[in-house]
Amino acid sequence: MGRFLLRRLAQIVPTLFFVSILIFGLQQLLPGDPALALAGEERSPEVIRYLREKFHLDEPLPMRYGYWIAGVVRGDLGESVRIQRPVTELILEKLPVTLQLATMAMLIALLIGVTAGVISAVKKDTWLDYAANVFALWGLSTPNFWLGILLIMLFAVHLGWLPASGYVSPFEDLKGNLSAMIMPAFVLGNAFAAVLMRHTRSAMLQVLSSDYVRTARAKGLNERVVVLKHALRNALIPVITLGALSFGELLGGTVLTETIFSIPGFGKLIVDAVFNRDYSVVQGVVLLTATVYIALNLLADIAYFLVNPRMRIE
Amino acid sequence: MNRLLKRKSAAFGVFVVAFFVLLALVAPWLAPHDPLATSWSAVRAAPSASYWFGADELGRDVLSRIVWGTRASLLAGVVSVTIAVSLGVPIGMLAGYVGGWTDVLISRITDAMLACPFLILAIALAAFLGPSLTNAMIAIGISATPVFIRLTRAQVLAAKAEEYVEAARALGNPHLRIALRHILPNIVAPLIVQATLAIAAAVIAEASLSFLGLGQQPPAPSWGSMLNTAKNYIDQAPWMAIWPGLSIFLLVLSFNLLGDGLRDALDPRHR
Amino acid sequence: MRKLAFVIALFAMTANAQTTLRIGLAEDPDILDPTMARTFVGRIVFAGLCDKLFDLDEKLNVVPQLATSYKWSADNKSLEIKLRNDVTFHDGEKMDAEAVKFNLERHKTMPGSTRRGDLAPVASVEVVDPLTVRLNLSSPFAPMLTVLTDRAGMMVSPKAAQAAGEKFGARPVCSGPFRFVERIAQDRIVLERYPGYWNKGQIHFDRVVYQPIIDSTVRLANLRSGQLDFIERLAGSDVAGLKSDSRFKVARIVEIGYQGIYFNVGKGEPGQSSPAGRDPRVREAFELSLDRAALVKVAMDGEAVPGNQWVAPNNRYYAKNVPIPKRDVAKAKALLAAAGVPNPTVTMMTPTESAAQRIAQVVQAMAKDAGFDIKIQSTEFASSLALGDKGQYEAYVLAWSGRADPDGNLQIHLGCKAALNYPGYCNAGVDELINKARTTLDPEQRAKLYEQIAAQVIAKDRPIVFIFHRHWLWAHSAKLSGLRTVPDGLVRVQGLKMN
Repeated sequence: MGRFLLRRLAQIVPTLFFVSILIFGLQQLLPGDPALALAGEERSPEVIRYLREKFHLDEPLPMRYGYWIAGVVRGDLGESVRIQRPVTELILEKLPVTLQLATMAMLIALLIGVTAGVISAVKKDTWLDYAANVFALWGLSTPNFWLGILLIMLFAVHLGWLPASGYVSPFEDLKGNLSAMIMPAFVLGNAFAAVLMRHTRSAMLQVLSSDYVRTARAKGLNERVVVLKHALRNALIPVITLGALSFGELLGGTVLTETIFSIPGFGKLIVDAVFNRDYSVVQGVVLLTATVYIALNLLADIAYFLVNPRMRIE
Repeated sequence: MNRLLKRKSAAFGVFVVAFFVLLALVAPWLAPHDPLATSWSAVRAAPSASYWFGADELGRDVLSRIVWGTRASLLAGVVSVTIAVSLGVPIGMLAGYVGGWTDVLISRITDAMLACPFLILAIALAAFLGPSLTNAMIAIGISATPVFIRLTRAQVLAAKAEEYVEAARALGNPHLRIALRHILPNIVAPLIVQATLAIAAAVIAEASLSFLGLGQQPPAPSWGSMLNTAKNYIDQAPWMAIWPGLSIFLLVLSFNLLGDGLRDALDPRHR
Repeated sequence: MRKLAFVIALFAMTANAQTTLRIGLAEDPDILDPTMARTFVGRIVFAGLCDKLFDLDEKLNVVPQLATSYKWSADNKSLEIKLRNDVTFHDGEKMDAEAVKFNLERHKTMPGSTRRGDLAPVASVEVVDPLTVRLNLSSPFAPMLTVLTDRAGMMVSPKAAQAAGEKFGARPVCSGPFRFVERIAQDRIVLERYPGYWNKGQIHFDRVVYQPIIDSTVRLANLRSGQLDFIERLAGSDVAGLKSDSRFKVARIVEIGYQGIYFNVGKGEPGQSSPAGRDPRVREAFELSLDRAALVKVAMDGEAVPGNQWVAPNNRYYAKNVPIPKRDVAKAKALLAAAGVPNPTVTMMTPTESAAQRIAQVVQAMAKDAGFDIKIQSTEFASSLALGDKGQYEAYVLAWSGRADPDGNLQIHLGCKAALNYPGYCNAGVDELINKARTTLDPEQRAKLYEQIAAQVIAKDRPIVFIFHRHWLWAHSAKLSGLRTVPDGLVRVQGLKMN
């Protein structure tokens, strides 16, 4: 265990290094002069010069990468050019929002995905199997932005049950917060449910064909008890562990959902910053997202290692 | 194949995908109108005898655009996954087979790419290459590559330990031959499953890039770009949005069902 | 669910009790510092936050705001401005001549100031007495007063500005009707009533909340579901649907900006090699192939007025000697034949935003009738700016948000080597006329000069084919009254009231 952990930890450093190169490189590849994009209609030569100087845009790439990394090491992610605020401050402002959205989405995904996966495995090759399958897959098969707009039209405009978009802090108004978050969380969670459904289904099929369940059945136990108490419990452990830890993938999914629902979280921050060429924001936020992703992956590996001793031999 | 079709949902997937492929092939003969022909008198016209699915914001026939758009959307899925596979599989095999520092380097870069959200990578790449369908496909393809690298590498590692590979090596076969003749055929099944599911994701990704203005460009139709325009008229002209939305849904669902079915059919544990 | 609806209704009621005005913006504003600000949408927030020396009225006349009166010297090279005596900044500091001097100098000298260009003709600022300030200009400058109706005329607290330095935009301290409370980036900007406001009789809300919601469908959905009281930039296609709903009203104003198609006539390689850049006859043929009325109807749902100049036909400075040409495909074909390119290919750079894409597609179809083969090259906005700047384009679909003075729509785009001169146009004669119009204060004489300019630029050279002037479309709760429709598209909060 100790050696395995050590090796995994040692891998993180080069991975993060490549992440930083990747983010920085992609940024530089983007066409268009950030100074021009930022200056907008107010394009006097002095303004352009000022912006270039302030953000080191005229210096060679390795130097600029150096400035950035030096800042990152000190915990300074730079400043948003567009609204002149430190990126760290922006991140602290957005992080809780995206975490809440991703958590709610994960719960919805677990609810839909696990239920559909169990039904699909137990009732294999019946119409219930297919129905459960399609139900879990439809979120994955519909463009997020499209589903989002349809829901807004239905629940906000025509039925008037929920606010159309926006965000309220839960500390300010918990009910307002939940009613604003339920639609985006559903859209995001629904798209993720299919992944969990697949995990659950294959885990269930495996458990159901195991000796252990066969013994339980042979003992004449009620099928319901067998499925729910014996099989599901065993199948669920890896699903929940892995599902909860593939949280990182959900973070990526927030990009369009937040854009459509005007949720001021990470996804929206990145997309707007990419289009506005707000370099430091893109770099900072993607770096953090990647770090979280890598950390969660490490945890997932450790969990997998504990669940699955075969890996220890490798 | 029989095993695949036995599962009804997979059979449905096969059928729908085949239908759309056929539609894409015969688009020029099937479309009732020129998909680019504008008509100022039919702007956002409701479905009628002459426009079965209605007309769009410039008076173009929605049905014809759906039919022609099948090509763009299928291409978006297939071409980008082809790019991802043709990059990812060789690199993954290299990492898995050669091992050592090559493996370490490739694995760390793959991890780094996987750590950046897929859509963000695609958006940045598409913005870099400039908005067009081709560039969107390249961007999606590159962003989807690390998944294939990782999968291939893992499969190669597993296969390398198998007896038949050891045997081939003991017989003094050259490395390339071992890799291509002995390992590749044995790892192809999970790759096919992954590729099918990746096509589904790529079709959605093209629609998402279109939503941000980075996919298929006007006046040429793709379902994603049609949906992107239609969202502005959801109340006044719902027909502009229903058909492309439904088409994407059906195609992507079918690829997903097909992929799941393939997994069941190819994975011995699920039989 | 009914419970939820009840909670929301309750929430709406309490919101009403605090009288909050909730405004939906089409974009997220940039820095809230008048000296550094660069976006149109930021000016909408400034309208609630920062008063200016002068303001514009519905007819684009300059009216006093923080000033009480002004006087030009005999040689038109110095402008004396008298100030109100009852104005304080949000930190309680007094707004006086010293503060005005500080602000104008801050605009002119602060690194990164985007106001420097606006105030370039101001050579020095003198404090005459505590309520009088004098601007000494290097030469007469007709747009001076209208410049002071925008960000250059906004006054911030010198004390706060000195303390905050570059970070002032994070917590701006101005003298407008509302003061800054908080800003959550990309989510909301909250302002609250400033009790010491000089014109507080006109203020009927306790708070104003500005919320950027980029997607116009979602923005409208928020208005319809009651989360917003007011939205700017309603989509033209949504007007009809709202008209039938008595809960809402739509307001429209002809903008001071324009939509145009820029041709690269002299910048780099495409300017020489492209038939459209090389030969003015090709551009004339292009213009003649357009049916502006139909274009407006299809691409803008009728929510724009056709135009052919840098100002709209209802503007005082519209040159009547150059009216909008009628569509004439036969003549366009003849011109192309004479130019030796019966079927010219023109690549038209088009930002990916939906209105621009619609315009490009309609233009493409119309120009095709005259023999043009227009290729639409969709380009993400930030990239298009850079390509435009470098002259790497043939034609460019671009809109300008507009300035109240005609010079602000003309010089910056078509003056030789001007900052936004994407076409690379430079005509010495025109340049002289533009400069003359800048230094001429008499409106009659100025109008004559603009007629001369139009005769050359619009009727002969056509570096930009102006096509229409959009309507600013606002939608708001029918209960909201006191809305002032000023063509600059900014929302004046003074006088707004929820009945």
